[in-house]
Amino acid sequence: MRLQYAPNVRIVEMPCSGTIDHRVLLQTFEDGADGVFVAGCMEGDCHFLKGNFRAKKRVHQVKKILDEIGFGGDRLDFFNLSAAQGQRFAEIVKIMTDRVMELGPNPLNKSAKKEGGAA
Amino acid sequence: MKTESKLQKILDNGQFAVTAEIGPPKHSSAEGIRHHAEMMRDYVDATNITDNQTAIVRLSSIAAGVHVQSCGIEPIVQMTCRDRNRIAMQSDLLGAYSLGMRNVLCLSGDHQKFGNHPTSKNVYDIDSMQLIYYLRRMRDEKLFFSGEEIKEHEPRFFIGAVANPFADPFEFRVARLEKKVEAGAQFIQTQCIFDMERFERFMEMVRERGIHERVHILAGVTPMKSWRAAKYIQNNVSGMIVPDELVERLKNAEDPKREGVEICIEQIKYIKENIKGVHGVHVMAIAWEEVVPEIVERSGLYPRPKVD
Amino acid sequence: MIIAQQKPVKDVAAMISNCKKVLLVGCAGCVTVCLAGGEKETEVMASSLRIMRKMEDNPLETVTYTATRQCDPEYVDMLGNMVQDVDAIVSLACGVGVQYLAERFNDKWVVPALDTKFIGGSTVHGNWEEKCGLCGDCILHRTGGICPIIRCSKSILNGPCGGSQYGKCEISKDVDCAWQLIYDRMSALGKLDKLMEFQPPKDWSKSRDGGPRKAVREDVMID
Repeated sequence: MRLQYAPNVRIVEMPCSGTIDHRVLLQTFEDGADGVFVAGCMEGDCHFLKGNFRAKKRVHQVKKILDEIGFGGDRLDFFNLSAAQGQRFAEIVKIMTDRVMELGPNPLNKSAKKEGGAA
Repeated sequence: MKTESKLQKILDNGQFAVTAEIGPPKHSSAEGIRHHAEMMRDYVDATNITDNQTAIVRLSSIAAGVHVQSCGIEPIVQMTCRDRNRIAMQSDLLGAYSLGMRNVLCLSGDHQKFGNHPTSKNVYDIDSMQLIYYLRRMRDEKLFFSGEEIKEHEPRFFIGAVANPFADPFEFRVARLEKKVEAGAQFIQTQCIFDMERFERFMEMVRERGIHERVHILAGVTPMKSWRAAKYIQNNVSGMIVPDELVERLKNAEDPKREGVEICIEQIKYIKENIKGVHGVHVMAIAWEEVVPEIVERSGLYPRPKVD
Repeated sequence: MIIAQQKPVKDVAAMISNCKKVLLVGCAGCVTVCLAGGEKETEVMASSLRIMRKMEDNPLETVTYTATRQCDPEYVDMLGNMVQDVDAIVSLACGVGVQYLAERFNDKWVVPALDTKFIGGSTVHGNWEEKCGLCGDCILHRTGGICPIIRCSKSILNGPCGGSQYGKCEISKDVDCAWQLIYDRMSALGKLDKLMEFQPPKDWSKSRDGGPRKAVREDVMID
C-alpha cells in the first residue's frame, strides 16, 4: 500500500492511547498545533482492556474545555483505528485536514495565514 | 384539653365536622378570600388557610385568617416549618392568637424546589412533630419552646396535624400518626383521598391501635376538574395516589367538572357511612372554592350544627 | 472528605483579567482525591487560562505548585518565594485553603478556582455524594447510621414527611428518601420502636448558627 496522506501531519507515538493525559493534549495546542486527533485501538481490542475507552473519554473532556474557553473543541477528535487499517488512517487524516482547513490556523498562531495543517 | 375553638366543640360533641380550604392569593387584596369565605360561611365549620402552599409566595395565612374570621368563619391557620425558625413561629403564633385564631395546623411544608422561589433557603429549624409538641406544651405547661416560662396569656390553640396514608413507608404511616397524637395533635386532616381502598386499610390500622379514640380524624377529599388534572397528580405529585379508574371515569365523562363533583360527593358519603373512626371531612377544592357549598349540601352535611 | 468542583474557566479568567502573571496553587488533600484541585487539575487549569489569554492577545504567565495541604500554615509558608512577583494567586483548594492563602499573603489578590460543595465520599470512581451535615452533634446512633440532617431535604428528625413515596424524596425521583432508608435499616435491625421516640429539636448553636466553630486539643499544643 502506497497511500497518500497530507504531508503536514506529525505522528506522535504512544504505547497506548490510554496513556494520553489532558495536559498533553492541551500542550499540543499551546505549542501551535492546528488540529489533533488521537487514534486508539478498535473497541474490544485493547491489550489493557479499557485504555482506548478511557482515551476517548479524556479526549471528549478536553474538547469540552476547548469549547468552554472559546478555542473550539472541533480541533480535537478521537478515532478508533487498527494498525491494519492504512486506508482508514488516510481517510481520517483527510477528514481532520479538511476540517482544520475550514477552521483556519490555531488562533494562538497570530502570525499564521489562513492555511493550516493537522499535526 | 379544652380550647375556645368552635371546631373542637363540634368534634368533641361527636358531630361529623366539615372543614374546607381557602388558598390566599398571590397579591395583596383580600377581596377573593372574603368572597370565598362568605360563600362557604354556612356550609363549613372552619376553613384552613394555607401557608404559602407549594412554596409559592402568597398573602400570609394569619392575615388571611383575620379576613376569613371577619366574614364569620372560624379559620384554621396553617403553619409550615419551611419558612420560619422557632423564634418567628412563636411570635407569629402569639400574634395569631391575639387576633382571635384558635386553630393551628402544623405541617412540614412542601420543599421550595417546586415553588416560585426555588433558590431560597429553607429553615426547618424544627419539624412538624416538634412544632406539635411545643405548641401543646405552650398551652398546657405555659412554656416557650425553649422551656422559659410564659408568665401570662399563653396561646391556647386547638392543635391539628396532617397524615398522609398514601406516602411511604405505608406500614409506618399509622405509627407516625400515633407519634403525632402522642406529641399533642388533637385533630388530623389527611392528604386528598383518591385511593379509597388504601385509606380503608390505613383506618383499619388506626382502629387496631385505638388512635381514632384519641384524636379526631378528618378525611381529606378533593373534587377534580379534569382527567388531565388527575393524571398530572398521578404522575407528578409525590405522596399522592390516583387510581387509573378515576382518571378513566373523568375521561369518559360528558361533563368532567360535574363528574368530579359527583365523585367527591360519593366519596364523602362512603367515608361517612362505611369507615369507622373518621370524625369529619376536609374538602380541599383547590382553586375551586365555589363548588364547596354544593358538595356539602348534596353530601347530606347541611345545615351545619350551631355552637354557642 | 471535602468535595469540591472546578468553577468554569471563564469565571476564573474573569477574576484575574488584569493580571500578567499568576500562581496557581493546587492542594494534595481532599481536592486531589475528588479530582478537582490536585496537581493535574491545576496544570489543566493553568493551560486553559494561558490558551484563553493568548487568544485575546494578552498572554498570561503561570506558575503552578501543589501544596501538601492548604489548610495548614506550615505548608502555606512554603509558597513564600513563589508569590513575590505574581499579580494574583489562584487557589484550587476548598474554601479553607483560599482563606489560608489570603491570610498568609495579605497583600496578594487571592481568588478561588473551585466551588466547595459538601462533605461526602465516593460511590464509584468519578461520583461523589454528600453524607454529613456538619451539625456538630452527631445523632447517627439514633437514625440507623443514616444522616437525616443532610440526606433529608427538610432535615426532619421525626420523619418521614408526607412527600416520601416509593423510597424517593419529593424533590426528585433521583433522590432517596433518607427516612425510608432509616426505616428500612431500623426495621432490619429490629429497632423500629426507636423511631417512635420523640426526637427533640437540634441545638443549632453547635452548628454554623453559633458562629465560627473551634476545636481544641490542649494536650497536643506546642508552647
